[in-house]
Amino acid sequence: MKHKTFFWFMIPSLLAMLLFIAMPIVSVLIQSVYAPHEQVIVEVENCGPFGCETSTAVDQDATRELREAEPLGRFVGNDIYTDRNHLATSQVGAAWSSSTGIGDFISKLLNLPFYGALLFTLTYTAVVTPMALLFGFVIALAVNTLPKLLKGPMIFFSLLPMIVTPLIGALILFWMIDARGVLGSFIQWIANDPDLSLKASTPLTWAMLMVYGIWSSAPFAFVVYYAGLQTVPDDTLESAMIDGATPFERIRYVVLPHLLPLTTFMALIKIMDNFRVFEPIVSFNAAAHAQSLSYFIFNDLGGETQLLSSSAATSVLTIIGVSILLSPVLVRTWRDYGKS
Amino acid sequence: MAVVQNKKYSFALMLTWAFLVVWLLVAAFPFLWTLWGSFKVEGDFFSKADWARALTGELTQVETGGVFTGAGYEGAWIKEEFWKAALNTLIMSVCVVTVSLTLGTLGGYALSRSTYRYAFWLLLIALIFRAMPPITLVSGYLLPFYEWNLWGHLPTAIIVLVAINQPFTLWMLTSFFKNIPKDLDESAMVDGCTPFQAFRHVIIPVMWPGVITTGLFSFLLAYNDFAVTAMLLSKENQTMVPKIASFLGTTQTKGNVMFAVSSVVSVTAPLFVLVLFFQRQIVSGLTAGAVKG
Repeated sequence: MKHKTFFWFMIPSLLAMLLFIAMPIVSVLIQSVYAPHEQVIVEVENCGPFGCETSTAVDQDATRELREAEPLGRFVGNDIYTDRNHLATSQVGAAWSSSTGIGDFISKLLNLPFYGALLFTLTYTAVVTPMALLFGFVIALAVNTLPKLLKGPMIFFSLLPMIVTPLIGALILFWMIDARGVLGSFIQWIANDPDLSLKASTPLTWAMLMVYGIWSSAPFAFVVYYAGLQTVPDDTLESAMIDGATPFERIRYVVLPHLLPLTTFMALIKIMDNFRVFEPIVSFNAAAHAQSLSYFIFNDLGGETQLLSSSAATSVLTIIGVSILLSPVLVRTWRDYGKS
Repeated sequence: MAVVQNKKYSFALMLTWAFLVVWLLVAAFPFLWTLWGSFKVEGDFFSKADWARALTGELTQVETGGVFTGAGYEGAWIKEEFWKAALNTLIMSVCVVTVSLTLGTLGGYALSRSTYRYAFWLLLIALIFRAMPPITLVSGYLLPFYEWNLWGHLPTAIIVLVAINQPFTLWMLTSFFKNIPKDLDESAMVDGCTPFQAFRHVIIPVMWPGVITTGLFSFLLAYNDFAVTAMLLSKENQTMVPKIASFLGTTQTKGNVMFAVSSVVSVTAPLFVLVLFFQRQIVSGLTAGAVKG
């Protein structure tokens, strides 16, 4: 296809991405190095019969004028990145020098909001991705043994946790796990502790969020693995059987290697999706115990006073995080392309 | 020997099926439970005394006189004007699907037919864009949108969702168009068609299976979105998902939880129907990128 034709076909799509994805990234970058103007303070001298005293007051007009003249705020360089709510360099330094050991240092580090959110996001991604793939694989193997008539309905019900709106899927689970809900009562009965509430403890909240994550992303892995299973060559399976391989060995040595490329593909998609974990924290009302990077940004944007600079700085750090996670894949894709 | 093996296998098969029954319960039971519970009063759905009351509905009978009550639906749809949010969601999803498919088919077709290196780079950049959490972009939108008075309107959210959707749409449609033989449009151009005419008369008639599948996923993205719609829409223009989130903020008042429960069921119902009718397309869309590699 000629350059010119290509250009005309691409232009609407390119324009949309340029204006609403590329430009906002630039906008986020700029905002993250500006802070809102402080109020203009003037000193006023009040003279009365007992002498003069000076007091300070906010000059409303001057403040408004300044804010209108420079809506971005004042340039602060990397101050926002290094403040307590983000990278907290000075706090980290202090914690490092005052810590008794590495464990002590880490627990101090996790009290800082950004590092706490980063740790939760990474843990969530690292736990949910492999668990969901494994679970999806087992379901796919199991469904594959079913008679044809049952496969359709099975796939229908299996798709539901994935298709449903994340906020809503998480809410449905949350209501069931509530201390007054059906699963909550069941767990209390198992644990033999009528006052047990999953919402009150940090480890249980984390576990709950991850269970939701696996519940909602296993169906994707299931569907892809199931489709992959249909393409496993029959003769290889048969010859393995003739050679005396048990069903387990057939899975280990024939099916698994065949499905490996699918696994890499899904791991990539799931890492991208899990890294942005956000809605379940809103649904589970879990912000007190677990914050993800996305939730951290949302929280800054949604408060009474919108902390645009702070959310912009977190956004930039999140984008950097995503790029680091993706870099192996990008490098590989680039190399593969170079070969062909 | 054969008998022993048979026994071993049938035991394994039993185990497999037991596992599937458990999974079926895990996947479907929460939805059925919530559907059933949405017709009860709060005291039954969240029962302090006995969880089974959500099934029998004792308090519902005391409070309303029947075992089922539509009070939650009435309160949400009429009193809290959930119908407005539903209408907004409908408008938004239809627009997002139409616009993003229009842009995506044009772009995807071009990407699939170009042999130059920049087509590959564009797809790679799209992959990076796809990986970015939408909420990171939202903080970039707010300030310019306030400045230009774009904030809060439905069209703004639509165009933003279209843009966020583009990387995925492009990837999906490019792989679909690559499956349509090049000879088709090339022979049309040999016969004297311009590239646009070839696209219009040769490609458009055969592209619908791929477009429908991609459209389903665009629809899901718009319908399920919370981050963008919650931050970019004003209260009057809210769509269903942020509206439900706002019910949660006011759950202290008795009965409001049931508003949220009934609206959750209302939002899930269309998705059920969607999966029922388009199961094949959804499955093929999910596997399209993967199985081919």
